[in-house]
Amino acid sequence: MEKVFGIPEGMNDKKTAFCPGCTHMTAYRLIVECLNELGERDNAILCRPIGCSLNADGSFDIHTIQSMHGRASAVATGVSRMNPTKTVMSYQGDGDAISIGVAETLYAANRGEKMTAIVINNQIYGMTGGQMSPTTLIGQRSTTGVRRADDTGYPLRFAEWLGQLEAPGYVARAALYTPKDIMQAKKFLLKALRCQKELGRYSYIEFLSFCPTNWGVQPKDCLKYCQENVLPVFPVGEFKSCF
Amino acid sequence: MAKIEVNKEKCKACELCLAACPLGLLRMSREFNSFGDHYCEQPDSSKCTGCTLCAIMCPDMVITVYK
Repeated sequence: MEKVFGIPEGMNDKKTAFCPGCTHMTAYRLIVECLNELGERDNAILCRPIGCSLNADGSFDIHTIQSMHGRASAVATGVSRMNPTKTVMSYQGDGDAISIGVAETLYAANRGEKMTAIVINNQIYGMTGGQMSPTTLIGQRSTTGVRRADDTGYPLRFAEWLGQLEAPGYVARAALYTPKDIMQAKKFLLKALRCQKELGRYSYIEFLSFCPTNWGVQPKDCLKYCQENVLPVFPVGEFKSCF
Repeated sequence: MAKIEVNKEKCKACELCLAACPLGLLRMSREFNSFGDHYCEQPDSSKCTGCTLCAIMCPDMVITVYK
């Protein structure tokens, strides 16, 4: 019998600290698989701020740099300008990239820095304890309150926003909900990294992820919850593509 | 002929793989691993087609597929 699927090269079988059902690790696996396909894993630098992303420490083999909360795009800008031959990525959550670091993320996109911003959108702050984020859905419960349109506004569709700008080369949103979604997400991520590497342009990709612990939803019920609530608000697709 | 291999100690019992299998061949074990979680298992591998969908869905890379 031949092995057809397993842990990709560049990852190990260390048990991570992510909650059961969290799809952060799927995003990491896609990043490592895509870098392996492009032959860029040793040449890549991943900028990570504070957040659930740090729970994956020690389980993958990519150079990383730690930044302050929300400032991954600013750090990635510096890394990218000093190392133009490297594949520079930022890996952020939605509260981090779209709330705390919205200025850094937006202006890095508007300047068209040579980097790929990878944003995990799970509609809530994960590591800090389930507070409301800009992408929290109307009526969704968080530890800081229930989102109401007249009080805290509407969910922010950041990918659509960046898709209108001139400088980014590739802007897309993908889901990590079903195997089909994950295979589509890998295609999008590969395009984003190719856009950065071959054309030297800015790419933004947003992954819709599960957060069963902070949503208060069982992992096995998350798919139904997301299809009913999340996908109507955050449609999956490419909003700008240079290919 | 295909089969899957489950790393029992890494499984966190999220049950996402159960919904991913198109033939419904997976189930949760009655036993616990050392972390106190049930783990996924494939009682009968004769019908497994090796489509790898369970392994693609598993966030923790617990499942290895052989074909």
